[in-house]
Amino acid sequence: MKQLLILSGKGGTGKTTIAGAFIRLLKAQGYADCDVDAPNLHLILKQINEPETKNYFGLAKASIDISKCLKCDLCRKRCRFGAISINESDNYDIDLNACEGCGVCAYVCPVQAITLNDYVDGKLELFKDGGSVFSTAQLKMGSGTSGMLVSEVKKQLTPFKDEIDIAIIDGSPGIGCPVIASISGVDMVLIVAEPSLSGLSDMKRIIKTAHKFETPIAVIVNRFDSNLEITKMIEKYCQEEGITFLGKIPYDQEVIEAVNDGLTIVDVDCLAGREVKKVYLKTIEFLYSL
Amino acid sequence: MKIAVLSGKGGTGKTFVAVNLASIIAKSVYLDCDVEEPNGHLFFKPQDITEEEVKVRVPYVHPALCDGSRKCVDFCRFNALAYVNNKLMVFEELCHSCGGCSLVCPNKAIKEKDKTIGVVRDGTSEGVRVISGFLNPGEVSGIPIVKRILEKVEVEKEMVFIDCPPGSACMVMESIKDADYCLLVAEPTIFGVHNLAMVQELVKVFHKPFSIILNKVNDEKNPAKTYCLEQKLPIIAEISYKEEIGKISSNGYILVREKPEYKSLFIDITAKILKELE
Repeated sequence: MKQLLILSGKGGTGKTTIAGAFIRLLKAQGYADCDVDAPNLHLILKQINEPETKNYFGLAKASIDISKCLKCDLCRKRCRFGAISINESDNYDIDLNACEGCGVCAYVCPVQAITLNDYVDGKLELFKDGGSVFSTAQLKMGSGTSGMLVSEVKKQLTPFKDEIDIAIIDGSPGIGCPVIASISGVDMVLIVAEPSLSGLSDMKRIIKTAHKFETPIAVIVNRFDSNLEITKMIEKYCQEEGITFLGKIPYDQEVIEAVNDGLTIVDVDCLAGREVKKVYLKTIEFLYSL
Repeated sequence: MKIAVLSGKGGTGKTFVAVNLASIIAKSVYLDCDVEEPNGHLFFKPQDITEEEVKVRVPYVHPALCDGSRKCVDFCRFNALAYVNNKLMVFEELCHSCGGCSLVCPNKAIKEKDKTIGVVRDGTSEGVRVISGFLNPGEVSGIPIVKRILEKVEVEKEMVFIDCPPGSACMVMESIKDADYCLLVAEPTIFGVHNLAMVQELVKVFHKPFSIILNKVNDEKNPAKTYCLEQKLPIIAEISYKEEIGKISSNGYILVREKPEYKSLFIDITAKILKELE
């Protein structure tokens, strides 16, 4: 199973739109949505069957048994995350949003008043539809364990690895833990850049991040005609840095209409859909050349 | 007064809204908490910048003192330590800086050192104080940088605009924790709706007063607007999609500075918020 991960650094450049098109064109036997914070791929790749679901347990969270507590203050002093405070009734409170489940408080408590309990931090879903499997998840809001859930989403495809030629993985914006977790073990990262000053800056940061993990990368520009000067700057940057540039997709109002109808851009006949096919063929060729 | 600008989905126009709101008020503060991909500074091009490194504590081992008890390895819930070939190894990128390993080591073989994970830059742009955080590529968590940015603003009299990261996870939560008001920016797609629903839950959990800006509005159907009307969510403004706005923003210019005729749009939003909070 080869893994093709789609990232962008900046949000809203068209990762999911392009991932959806690639999955359709490839008739992908396996695909995953690793944007566990804001998953959207299921909205344009409608599933017929009900998914297998399971709870995702993130890191444990501390809880205090007030009846045992001596109010010695050791736990509060030792907590590096500011998760323990004293409430109005002079008892100790744990802020579950701030608690990272390290266990230091339970360790220092002289009377075992603190325990760490498992905590449901999201939901994993696995859709099977005859010829394909689709792994996705939804992180509980405010959670700090998105990277771990991303790894779980990818792991759901592993049992099918012999049946999947290429797995398409839709990533999340940014360069932090969910992105790093998604990069781990993939064969290539396709970066969808946007021709704006912000898009250019963010593209450089995601390229640096992918380089740290020595993952092969290639770049495409979406809505390239919305700013031709910056598109040129992106192409020039790739050329100078020796990064493979695989093509450009034009702005097309019909993309938004297709998305809002719950379709991928290759399910309808539109300019962007025709151009994405060219980019798709080049990407697959690049992936097999690695 | 702190106003946080957020959206579940990326690319809906958070930075556009936050930058323009901050630009119409004399002596405002703009905080860029999207430390993974900070872009506000590209628009403000701030001057007189002071830079501060943000550091976290990570463990290091005195091999001579380590007797291989593996107490630290067993304690660490983040798998940041491993004992391999009679040697203790630290994986700094997995470390959450809880300090547990040095605490549990019976031989005091583990000490802590500083590791720089990024910087905070503090500058000004035509009267706007611009504070941006930058996470170093390869680093996992920008939360300590977000905390440092928020600590920098002491004066409560000023209008502070917080540009949040996308999503609805820990970084967003940290960014809106102390906000007095949340502005949710939504684009007219079903992606926008789905993510708006999630982020709206988040602000409700934190009991923050909020309203929604519908951005990039065109003549086509707007699922985000439909959702707001159905759920009776307050819409504070609608900003039309215009090629002119897109062009100015994509080239890194601030709309209200280039085209003063747009000022009233953002003044109106601020006035409505202030009235609501009265």
